[in-house]
Amino acid sequence: MELQVRHLGKTFGSGQHSKEVLRDISFALRSGEFLSLVGSSGSGKSTILRLIAGLEQPSSGQVRVDGQAVQGPGPDRGMVFQKYSLYPWLSAAENVAFGMRLQGLPQRDINERTAYFLEVVGLQDAARKLPRELSGGMQQRVAIARTLATNPKVLLLDEPFGALDLQIREAMQDFLLQLWQRTGLTVLLITHDVEEALVLAQRVHVLAPHPGRIVSTVEVDLDKSDLNQLRLSPAFLEKRRTLAGVLRQLEPALV
Amino acid sequence: MVASATDGGGAKPLPLLSIGATPSPLVRSGLQVSSLLIPLLLWTVISALELVDGKFLPSPAAVLESLASMAREGILFQDIVASTGRVFAGFFLATLVAVPLGICMGVYPAICALCEPLIAMLRYMPAAAFIPLLIIYLGIGEEPKIALIFLGTVYFNVLMVMDAVKFVPKELIETTLTLGGRGRQVLVQVVARYSLPSIIDTLRINIATSWNLVVVAELVAAEVGLGKRIQLAQRFFRTDQIFAELIVLGLIGFAIDMGFRLLLRLSCRWAL
Repeated sequence: MELQVRHLGKTFGSGQHSKEVLRDISFALRSGEFLSLVGSSGSGKSTILRLIAGLEQPSSGQVRVDGQAVQGPGPDRGMVFQKYSLYPWLSAAENVAFGMRLQGLPQRDINERTAYFLEVVGLQDAARKLPRELSGGMQQRVAIARTLATNPKVLLLDEPFGALDLQIREAMQDFLLQLWQRTGLTVLLITHDVEEALVLAQRVHVLAPHPGRIVSTVEVDLDKSDLNQLRLSPAFLEKRRTLAGVLRQLEPALV
Repeated sequence: MVASATDGGGAKPLPLLSIGATPSPLVRSGLQVSSLLIPLLLWTVISALELVDGKFLPSPAAVLESLASMAREGILFQDIVASTGRVFAGFFLATLVAVPLGICMGVYPAICALCEPLIAMLRYMPAAAFIPLLIIYLGIGEEPKIALIFLGTVYFNVLMVMDAVKFVPKELIETTLTLGGRGRQVLVQVVARYSLPSIIDTLRINIATSWNLVVVAELVAAEVGLGKRIQLAQRFFRTDQIFAELIVLGLIGFAIDMGFRLLLRLSCRWAL
């Protein structure tokens, strides 16, 4: 699988009130890779993800999956939003099954895969609970399981842990990294959190705002066997300081 | 009377009318019963002391007696069936049109732009003003009454359903699209399902209007019905019958309201 983003540009509105939010974004993502886009608000990072998901149409350039230009949303590009992502009237298991049901999979497959993916995210005991009975972290794990159950080629994550408390957020980062290491997923993560990007991704593209564009790319070649160690290691902290500095420089007006 | 503080213990309870005060269950039930009991008591006292001429204000006993005799003669049942039948027929048709249209208007801005100006204007034409036209078009049978109830509720239903649909989180719709959902699946399985509690509540509120209109329609032309009976009673100065029918109207309306609340509780536990 290869996801190609080629010279992507997006301008909202037209004439005097038009606003260019993305300019000439290009990158690629191959099977099994974990890529992150980091930027402040106004960097258009969510718009990039929405263009890849097919929820918006680009003003210029294109997104290709295995050579095919993306025309609209589809289950080959699974997306997880920051919040409001579960169907509140369905139990955790029914939420996981929902995407497969939309696609008309046989009931037996749905049952098997639902049980399997609930276990993958460690929520087999919460199968019958309603979303409101689950913590924020558990809700996001259900959302991830639901997306994985439809067998996407790439998992698009739009600040999936942004609404969670710090401790839960770190636990979810550990969970996601292990999930990726275990299953060989292909992941594109959008975040404004430099640490989150460095902990999880192999490569980080840094976005500058107004209009959003990629200004630098960081390869993350750190030992990720123990994330708690990693978060405190000098090499990690150094990378984090550098990257945070880059982001700060892009936004001088804020300080 | 004071409200008990929620944290209990030795805390001093808040006065009942301070903002944020929650009365204890016992106090609350007491207030709710008083809400009906006090007017009834006043009525009993006023008519027992004959402060008002009994011809104008019949006693509770007289009203009850009149209610019983109408029930015995079978006309009460006949009236109830006729009136509620009209309400349900008209309101059902209005719901049948309003729910799909409101959902489409809420989801598709193009359909909203096409329909909203017209509906916004029609909504301000009083339904009762259509009665003469409806009689000319549809005669004096059941049709004009059902049509009146339809006209009087359909626009409100459409606009309120449309508003309810706008509260469906965009993320939920987009999630469904990225899971492979198609247009109809999104509308029926996500938008309609998410809005169901608000739609049921909208219907609960708006059916009160049809209950108003059925009486108006029956005053104009009808053989049977609660509204018709009130008009006949006026002709014979039977205020006791009028009171009895009014109470029945109130009770049925209240029962319908409770029915919708029950429906909401049974079908949308997740939203309560």
